[in-house]
Amino acid sequence: MTPVATPFFFYLLSGLAVLGGVLVITRRNAVHSALALILTLLAVAGLYLMLYAPFVAGVQIIVYAGGIMVVNIERTVKERQFNRIWPVGLAASGALLVLFVSVLVKGKALFPERGLPLPEADNTQKIGEMLYGNYMFAFEIASLLLLVAILGAVIMTKKKI
Amino acid sequence: MLNSLMSYLGSSVTPGEAGNQLWALIYVLIIFTGVSVAVIAMNWLERKALAHFQVRLGPMRVGPHGLLQPIADAVKLLLKEDIIPSEADKFVFWIAPLIGLLASFTVYTVVPFGPSQAVSDMNIGILFMLGVSSLGVLGIVMAGWASNSHYPLIGALRSSAQMVSYEVAMGLAVVSAILMTSLNQTGTGTLSMIGIVQAQQEQHVWFLFKFFPLGAIAFVIFAIAMVAETNRAPFDLAEAESELTAGFHTEYSGLRWSLFMLAEYAAMIAVSSIAVALWLGGWMRPFSHWLSGGAWDFVFSLFPGLTFLGLAAIAIRGTIRMPKHSLFRIQTIGLGAFAAVLSGIGLLLLGIAVGARAGDHVALARSADALNNVYWFVMKIAVFMYMFIWYRATWPRYRFDQLMSVGWKVMLPISLGVLIVTAIVGVIVG
Repeated sequence: MTPVATPFFFYLLSGLAVLGGVLVITRRNAVHSALALILTLLAVAGLYLMLYAPFVAGVQIIVYAGGIMVVNIERTVKERQFNRIWPVGLAASGALLVLFVSVLVKGKALFPERGLPLPEADNTQKIGEMLYGNYMFAFEIASLLLLVAILGAVIMTKKKI
Repeated sequence: MLNSLMSYLGSSVTPGEAGNQLWALIYVLIIFTGVSVAVIAMNWLERKALAHFQVRLGPMRVGPHGLLQPIADAVKLLLKEDIIPSEADKFVFWIAPLIGLLASFTVYTVVPFGPSQAVSDMNIGILFMLGVSSLGVLGIVMAGWASNSHYPLIGALRSSAQMVSYEVAMGLAVVSAILMTSLNQTGTGTLSMIGIVQAQQEQHVWFLFKFFPLGAIAFVIFAIAMVAETNRAPFDLAEAESELTAGFHTEYSGLRWSLFMLAEYAAMIAVSSIAVALWLGGWMRPFSHWLSGGAWDFVFSLFPGLTFLGLAAIAIRGTIRMPKHSLFRIQTIGLGAFAAVLSGIGLLLLGIAVGARAGDHVALARSADALNNVYWFVMKIAVFMYMFIWYRATWPRYRFDQLMSVGWKVMLPISLGVLIVTAIVGVIVG
């Protein structure tokens, strides 16, 4: 079976992701930006597939493109307004830029010479074993954090602050 | 090209797994045609069955018993003027039905009509199905927003809120079925659609009856959430005609509107196939463990042919009872020809089943096997499709707050409880 992970698909998907990202910030219409963001998220899901991580790709589609974006669009459709958060955005993108540049500069030392053997057929099972075996404690802490966030959201909507 | 076509024959994996693009394309075309024909048939059946539920006759004029009504409808929709409101967001308005259609047809790549009768078998099959079918709501939201009109907008908002709420209960019900696939020697389950059905085959039980009543409760939760996901009555608040004229597709007409309808019915078949694969044993025939053995296999392999012969008998009865007036001559001939075609298909299928039993011809036996798998899968889906019509005829529409409280306060806790109890029982028993 020939691999589908050819460079062509990598450039296509990353091109789509970048195009979507640019459209997100250039479109004046909030709903158009949201749709462009969905394009980016789906392209990133495709990139995960190319990295032989089908489970992460599936979760990306179901959680981000499916769930979060629907909520997001609903909110933009209802309110039709943008908050101006320039400083935060600049700080975040600056930090990301520093990260990328540092990886580019000393990437050789950070990553192994050759790609690791990738378990494609039982990728999901391996993730399950890792989450519920080796990294159980970290996983439980993360889920507790999410639970607190959910409770906080419920309380904030129920109570007039 | 011929070589690659022939090389796949006789293999026992899906074309996706065998890496055979040509056969994958053929499978895609077959499934696309099959689903489209099923949607047309469903259109007729729904109008007819709803009419009989309400003690009416339903379509009777176009063809015998209105059999040609869907074709007439399709021609009407194609010829209708295609209107885009002048204040609408043109691009989004144009692309919204396509997104809905794309989402509901893409999921068919992993629907397991048989152990090798699927386009492809993914490691993340069920996750892929749930994820892509949840993208369908984007089409609805975009349509509602792009129409730039109040009713569609309200319909779209209702639909998205409803889908987000019911997806949670649906996902938890699915997880409790997937937990059951891990009750084997290795202790690891699977997310692949074919793998899930094979797990039921190995455990000799449909997950509907596993850990009774746990599997049944999860199934009922899924069956309810699936109606809500597809925006069908009694959860059709997104297109509540008494409140919102037609909901999110109020401003759509002609071909675009028919694309929405096609997407809705295709999504109904897709979610039904999830329920069939997860709880009703997929392509397995009924009682495959109790009534096992070659003789019973043969008896059950006669069913496809007998079904078509039964349909032919109904058509022949209709032909005989047709009024003997000269104006009805064409209709009588047409229905007679339809009966002849149906009985021809029935006899062909019976011939394949009998031939596979009598001789030891490998190709014949394999095609009889494939036929049985697809037949039982499709019949189980057909039951669900009839249930969809039945729900619509029986139950009044939910009010929006009732819908939300059922989703969050009843279905979510029950599905969470079923998941936990299933996990505990699984640990104790398995």
